[in-house]
Amino acid sequence: MADGHSLALDETGMTVPAENSGTKRLHVMIMIAIALALLAAPFFVYPVFIMKCLCFALFALAFNLLLGYGGLLSFGHAAYFGMASYVSAYGAASWKLPPELAILSGVAVATLLGAAFGALAIRRQGIYFAMITLALAQMVYFFSLQTPEFTGGEDGIQGFSRGFLLGIIDLASDRNLYWVVAAIFMASLLGVYRIVHSPFGEVCKAIRDNEPRAISLGYSVNRYKLTIFVLSAALAGLAGAVKAIVFQLATLTDVHWSMSGEAVLMTLVGGVGTIFGPIVGSFVIVAMQNYLAGLGGWVTVVQGAIFVVCVLTFRDGIIGALAKLIRKPL
Amino acid sequence: MKPDIVLLASGLTKQFGGFTAVGGVDLQVRRGSIHALIGPNGAGKTTCFNLLTKFLIPTSGTILFNGKDITRDNASEIARKGLVRSFQISAVFPKLTVQNNVRIALQRKGGDSFDFWRSSSVLRKLDGQVEQLLEAVGLSSFRHILAGELSYGRKRALEIATTLALDPEMMLLDEPMAGMGREDVERIASLIRRVSAGRTILMVEHNLSVVSSLCDRITVLARGKVLAEGDYATVSGNPLVVEAYIGTGGSHGH
Ligand SMILES: Nc1ncnc2c1ncn2[C@@H]1O[C@H](COP(=O)(O)OP(=O)(O)OP(=O)(O)O)[C@@H](O)[C@H]1O
Ligand SMILES: [Mg+2]
Repeated sequence: MADGHSLALDETGMTVPAENSGTKRLHVMIMIAIALALLAAPFFVYPVFIMKCLCFALFALAFNLLLGYGGLLSFGHAAYFGMASYVSAYGAASWKLPPELAILSGVAVATLLGAAFGALAIRRQGIYFAMITLALAQMVYFFSLQTPEFTGGEDGIQGFSRGFLLGIIDLASDRNLYWVVAAIFMASLLGVYRIVHSPFGEVCKAIRDNEPRAISLGYSVNRYKLTIFVLSAALAGLAGAVKAIVFQLATLTDVHWSMSGEAVLMTLVGGVGTIFGPIVGSFVIVAMQNYLAGLGGWVTVVQGAIFVVCVLTFRDGIIGALAKLIRKPL
Repeated sequence: MKPDIVLLASGLTKQFGGFTAVGGVDLQVRRGSIHALIGPNGAGKTTCFNLLTKFLIPTSGTILFNGKDITRDNASEIARKGLVRSFQISAVFPKLTVQNNVRIALQRKGGDSFDFWRSSSVLRKLDGQVEQLLEAVGLSSFRHILAGELSYGRKRALEIATTLALDPEMMLLDEPMAGMGREDVERIASLIRRVSAGRTILMVEHNLSVVSSLCDRITVLARGKVLAEGDYATVSGNPLVVEAYIGTGGSHGH
């Protein structure tokens, strides 16, 4: 083009964020570091504690997939987490399902629930979307409250055995279970990374950035929103189902709206729309809850305070702030 | 044979509450032409665009594209049929790189846009086309920048590249040059002339010197109604048009 250069000439001082092979290499290194940390962790830290962190990290990853990359703020992710938790606990307790099938059935139910609720919610935008997800999740909560024959009511479902994975690995051993949970977590993290960096993920990010423009380019945006909603619900379900097996427990807490709040909190503290933020956020929050457990009800207050401080001082979250600092997406 | 009139709107009307933003507009856009829609601020030009591309549902009226009724279609369907619009307020994907902004437009036709299990490196096959389009608007050296960090004029250029990526049969450009410097206005004008080959362009533009040099036909809108239509000489000589422009304090951009 004869005139193809004039726009480019006059602004040379612009910084170029290298979204290229350098970023990719950094991400690969972080993934390897996480894998190594997971391998080493049980030798230094109580495995059940790490498993708890990993379950919540999965949950936050699911929430962030929807908010950070789909631009959809759900206040009802407890529904998928909690329902999957109940189903896998019920399967393991009443039907004596092996753990892998118990978890799979939990995920399946969360996926179906996500498809149904997602189809209703994506018709609305912004705060209305959030309110619908919350209202639907409240329905799940009341359903759980009203069906004690399934959920065990106030006591929940508890005291079942973890069983044998694939009929051979005895999960009664915390160490054995840890390796399984760590593997599930790592695979899910890689899965989320792949979704975000897939052709589908690119479209979702575009819709998040500017929905009318995506429509004007011919994208049926609702189908993409529904797909990412279902993927997110399935992953939240995986988190809940694994949690049920780890703690041999599924209770009303899992479907309570405050559980949805935990996902929001962890994601915001770690960094919305970053790959690694939700993981950091959930470790910070779970560790805090653990160490401050002595404070009783005050933990919530401290949590709230941290949340406020976080939002006021570094709005991008821990990892978001770090990413800005090094000018690379994390 | 496709009809000579590519876009035909009749009796197009949009009311917001009691207020008629567009009232019974008839519009015929000839295939292969560059057609301008001008008028003072608030005349209803953007609303017309929104109606034609189904971002708003018309209160009444019909729209034919290539002789087919598209009045009931939704916005993304219309884009897939080859009628693609740009927006008055710059509409890029701010957190995607310049290169990926254009790639998003190209990627849809590949049919793999639901593949969440594949790496986006499969989209590398589009790099050549992306490069060509960026070069056409002079943005090659910005390909790795986040679109949100571009200057206003460059965002507009990026939008045109993104729209062009769909190779649409008809483009609707809403003030593509607003807020640009003189040099960029000339670049974009020549770009529009170049890409108008083999397609139809309907554009809203306040810069009348651009309109006079670029456009074959002009429709003047005022208060939601068509005030005049014809080539530049006819329209600019029309006392009603002169009055509409002076009466409302003229237009911005010149
Ligand atoms: N969604 C809406 N609700 C109510 N009124 C609206 C809406 N959109 C536009 N209008 C009104 O319709 C009229 C036409 O607006 P429109 O944006 O189409 O004008 P325009 O010709 O594009 O003006 P400009 O040159 O400033 O872009 C204006 O009076 C505007 O206030
Ligand atoms: Mg306008």
